[in-house]
Amino acid sequence: MTIDPNASSIILTRDLRKTFKGRAGAVEAVKGVDLDVKAGEIFGFLGPNGAGKTTTLRMLATLIPPTSGEATVAGVDLLRDPARVRQQIGYVAQGGGSDPLMTGRGELVIQGRLFGMSRRQAEARATEVLAALELTDAARRTTGTYSGGMRRRLDIGMGMVHKPKLLFLDEPTTGLDPQARANLWDEVRKLREGGTTVFLTTHYLEEADILCDRVAIIDHGTIVAEGTPAELKKAIAGDVITLGIADHERVLTLVRAEPYVREANDGDEDGLVRLYVDEGDRALPQLLRLLDGAGISPQTIALSRPSLDDVFLRKTGRSLRETAA
Amino acid sequence: MNVARDTWLIFERSMFLTLRNPVWIIVGLLQPFLYLVLFGPLLKSIAESTPGFPPGGAFNIFVPGLLIQIALFGAAFVGFGLISEMRSGVVERMRVTPLSRFAMLFGRALRDVVILDVQALVLIVIAIPFGLRIDLAGLVVALSLLSLIGLTMAPLSYTLALILKSEDALAPLVTTISLPLLLLSGILLPLTLAPDWLQTLARINPLSHAVDAIRALFNGHFGDPSVGFGVALMTVLAILALAVASRTFGRSAA
Ligand SMILES: Nc1ncnc2c1ncn2[C@@H]1O[C@H](COP(=O)(O)OP(=O)(O)OP(=O)(O)O)[C@@H](O)[C@H]1O
Ligand SMILES: [Mg+2]
Repeated sequence: MTIDPNASSIILTRDLRKTFKGRAGAVEAVKGVDLDVKAGEIFGFLGPNGAGKTTTLRMLATLIPPTSGEATVAGVDLLRDPARVRQQIGYVAQGGGSDPLMTGRGELVIQGRLFGMSRRQAEARATEVLAALELTDAARRTTGTYSGGMRRRLDIGMGMVHKPKLLFLDEPTTGLDPQARANLWDEVRKLREGGTTVFLTTHYLEEADILCDRVAIIDHGTIVAEGTPAELKKAIAGDVITLGIADHERVLTLVRAEPYVREANDGDEDGLVRLYVDEGDRALPQLLRLLDGAGISPQTIALSRPSLDDVFLRKTGRSLRETAA
Repeated sequence: MNVARDTWLIFERSMFLTLRNPVWIIVGLLQPFLYLVLFGPLLKSIAESTPGFPPGGAFNIFVPGLLIQIALFGAAFVGFGLISEMRSGVVERMRVTPLSRFAMLFGRALRDVVILDVQALVLIVIAIPFGLRIDLAGLVVALSLLSLIGLTMAPLSYTLALILKSEDALAPLVTTISLPLLLLSGILLPLTLAPDWLQTLARINPLSHAVDAIRALFNGHFGDPSVGFGVALMTVLAILALAVASRTFGRSAA
């Protein structure tokens, strides 16, 4: 293993790649991903549809072999000893994994037993998990009768029933209403408090921003930015002024000449012009005077702190809100 | 992980799920039952007037064929259940546990075998009033032979399911394979009546040897060479099928 076995890293990958070969040609789903996830953190993998999130997760969870590259997961060489990796991780697939004819409780019990618990231990643990995920009342119903949110909670319950060191959650909150999403975030935070490292994928900016300790942004199979949400946003520097305006080209030439504008982008997908400025509250009046002087009147104007979407936009030229829609 | 314990877990779960919807067990019995009741009596009168019909009552010739039919069709279609488990994500979920890959297969195959043995017993009991005469010890060996057929066909069906991943691809393939296997096993009429070329084709078909063995066993002829050969052949095939299928279960999905 050439990767330095840093004691506090629970996932280390080097140049991880996956190419799917099909009849329609080869798809390079993951093109050289380097990750260093620290034990005990909530790590977010943020990216649009088809970015390669699920493929990366499935490689790390031993479901598919990487085309090339190396990885250590929970201290074990992924390629040499996938069986030992499996003993230490939990994995919740994007599409879930419960049988519609089994009861929620039945699924949790068998999942525990698959990880070596006795029937009695598994029963006790299932009771705990059901309570934690507020599924006690539905425990004896078949999962086919569950709502989407209930089924998602059960999926996550199955991922955590054996108290894994490391839990992979593939889009845990997609399709949940805001309330259910917030509850799930609380659950994930509790897992972290209990010492579990959580590696989750999402295409929700808020989820990455609010829930995750660190985030890697992935697009077209490559990581385009990585860091804490605060670091990532700070790298954008200053504030963002968003203009709804007709004549993009003219405005861009105009504002790019101004000293207080660090960068100006034409957000082609949402039709807005974004200006990155050092101090928004000072820049805004100057900008208005400038536009006024040139006879341009914007339909909308907004001043905001940079979001992870601005980070994504800056790195890829596209907005994640648009691509994820 | 303990393979026996894992196998039991998977057996228990899959049996539970099958018994939640027992209608399929009955449907699986329906076809052989209809053959027995609506075709068997015809055969009886033919057997009495046809030279070349092997010795033993007509039902002792006929019922072993129906049992093979139960084992063959019962086991050949188990892949469909696996495809729906793949679709619901259950298979992938269990792949990311320490569960033994062999147990993932063997637990399911054992469930299939138990079900087809029960179906076989029910059919045998129904056939007795029609005139089936069986040797009890022979019955035990015959059921083992049926189990071996199940342990060959079910793993093959699972292997195809894992590779094809879709009912639409699996259905025509399974039907195309199992119908000639069935016809070439001499289940409806003994192949002693068949022309030479058909007999040659049938001898290549392992199931025809199983049918011969079961016929001998029902008559209590343990020393008949077909018995030893049938059991040995099906044992080898079952081991091969289990090995191939558990490798497919173990290999990571594409
Ligand atoms: N089994 C496969 N065979 C062929 N191509 C695949 C396979 N799985 C994924 N891909 C392709 O790899 C790329 C990455 O897919 P992946 O599922 O990893 O994206 P994702 O980031 O999880 O997207 P989403 O947000 O939609 O879940 C896509 O172009 C997808 O079509
Ligand atoms: Mg995905």
